[in-house]
Amino acid sequence: MDSRPRLAVWKFASCDGCQLSLLDCEDELLSLAEAVEIAYFAEASSAMEGGPYDLSLVEGSITTAHDAERIREVRRQSKFLVTIGACATAGGIQALRNFADVNEYISVVYASPQYIETLATSTPIAAHVPVDFELRGCPINKVQLLEVISAFLAGRKPSIPTYSVCIECKRRGNLCVMVQGTPCLGPVTQAGCGALCPGCRRGCYGCYGPMETPDTAMLARQWSAMGVAPRDIRRAFHTFNAWAPAFREEGEAHDD
Amino acid sequence: MDALPTTTTAAVLDRDGLQALIEALAARGFRVLGPLVRDEAIVYDEIAGVADLPAGWTDRQGPGQYRLERRDDQALFGFAAAPQSWKRFLHPPVETLWRVRQGEGGLLFSTAAEATPRYAFLGVRACDLHAIAIQDRVLCEGDYRDDAYARRRRGAFIVALNCSEAGDTCFCVSMGSGPKAAGAFDLALTELLDERRHEFLVEVGSAAGGEVLASLPQRAALDADRAAAAAVVERTAGRMGRQLDTAGLQALLQDNPEHPRWDEVAERCLSCANCTMVCPTCFCTTVEDHSDLAGGSAERVRLWDSCFTLDFSYIHGGSVRQTDKGRYRQWMTHKLSTWFDQFGSSGCVGCGRCITWCPVGIDITEEAAAIRATPHVQGGSHGES
Repeated sequence: MDSRPRLAVWKFASCDGCQLSLLDCEDELLSLAEAVEIAYFAEASSAMEGGPYDLSLVEGSITTAHDAERIREVRRQSKFLVTIGACATAGGIQALRNFADVNEYISVVYASPQYIETLATSTPIAAHVPVDFELRGCPINKVQLLEVISAFLAGRKPSIPTYSVCIECKRRGNLCVMVQGTPCLGPVTQAGCGALCPGCRRGCYGCYGPMETPDTAMLARQWSAMGVAPRDIRRAFHTFNAWAPAFREEGEAHDD
Repeated sequence: MDALPTTTTAAVLDRDGLQALIEALAARGFRVLGPLVRDEAIVYDEIAGVADLPAGWTDRQGPGQYRLERRDDQALFGFAAAPQSWKRFLHPPVETLWRVRQGEGGLLFSTAAEATPRYAFLGVRACDLHAIAIQDRVLCEGDYRDDAYARRRRGAFIVALNCSEAGDTCFCVSMGSGPKAAGAFDLALTELLDERRHEFLVEVGSAAGGEVLASLPQRAALDADRAAAAAVVERTAGRMGRQLDTAGLQALLQDNPEHPRWDEVAERCLSCANCTMVCPTCFCTTVEDHSDLAGGSAERVRLWDSCFTLDFSYIHGGSVRQTDKGRYRQWMTHKLSTWFDQFGSSGCVGCGRCITWCPVGIDITEEAAAIRATPHVQGGSHGES
């Protein structure tokens, strides 16, 4: 009998980008397939085996009653459950519905709205079942994903920092775009992307969600002093991680 | 660094002479690093010649503000402190300490194989020269010597710069660290620029510096050149953008751990850690261990860390410094006060980078002045709050 840990990869409401980060691990994919038995990964293989699973990677948020039930079954079948990406850890971009009337959205978007069955909210996996580790990002960083899987296999704590993007940005030698006049969410956003956007002279979009001690109010005050309108401050906080509490509250504090 | 010669010698170079200096250093196997314009800023990076230097450029710095601007002359060094100091070369932000793999006879360890780079730094300002001396003390003296740092440091050739420009966030005069370069350098430049000339007075600080200077096209330094160079430094000293009153500061901060100003600054501090990253003396690092998927190899990587993260003070049961107040107080008190107890000097050299590169413009000189203005409001303990 195969003694390797059994891996499952699950999709809920999401764009599949985070699962693709796993398939993007081209150089490491064979090592991964040797280290674990890929038992369930519908995006990659039609051979879908039943549980239980040692490690489940869960992408996507909960937006339907059916998914709210399905995640409970995934949890029951999984010894270790890791959520991957902004949808799974914060509700994703689709959590913008949480601030609006979902029925109005449905009537505008769909030609035959009577076929749509959906919840009024998009919520993170941790709002429904206990989660062992949350890996942030929109999308996640494949190096961080491999770190989490390697740590799981070695039985150690993953090295995933929760401090600001600024630390990565300065280590990389980027110039601070904020100090040079471009509003940036880096100081309140968790590291992990490698400071991609400041590295391209753009402000951070907050893809990795709030850092460990986010002072969003002070950052918003500084944006305001730089001439950013309340509506734009609200929009900056309400993107991929809009439903993460610190970003949700700061966005709501500014008029649309 | 060789011992200082008993008498300082000096010469004058023109722009061609400066080009010859860069070439002479490259010919001796150094990787020559100096100022250049990149990403709308004047940064330190590899240079091939005088043409790479930021001729006619300057910077306008303020709390949380940096702008690149044109000068009305062709000065090569007419700007203030660069966004990051030489720290990133001598004490790099990411460094693999060792790797290990499973061999037949057990674990096989190997240290990083990269050869120690030999850097020549062109344009090390007095503040940064002091900062390097402070990091030397921290990283090379005492029981926990950083051998890789010591090797890089020993191999470095330093061309110091007497500042001709002071930024709005500069306060080296207050810290006694500038603007005249003092300490361990090989050569020191002063840019002499007026309608009649564009030259550099070069003073020798080491035998290696003397040897390099002797190989360059030059003319003898006259008393008038020395006087002109002294006038440049004096003018810069009179143009400091900031002041920090250091009298009794060490005790003042230690005696006021519960001053209400700490709460006030905590309201503004983002705990983003930018101040510590750009500080030329902040030396803290963390290590991360990474194992591979197969469990056959692992590596230990050292990274710049910051006292503004929760993980920095994490011990069993949680982080010691949970609040912005606790973290900012720790950083500033260490920098200006307890650094004396630990290393025998201030940890601040007055370069002003923490002011310029704070995204919300927190000003260490203003914070210190605010505590001085109303000290002992309440005594209290050093307890976390």
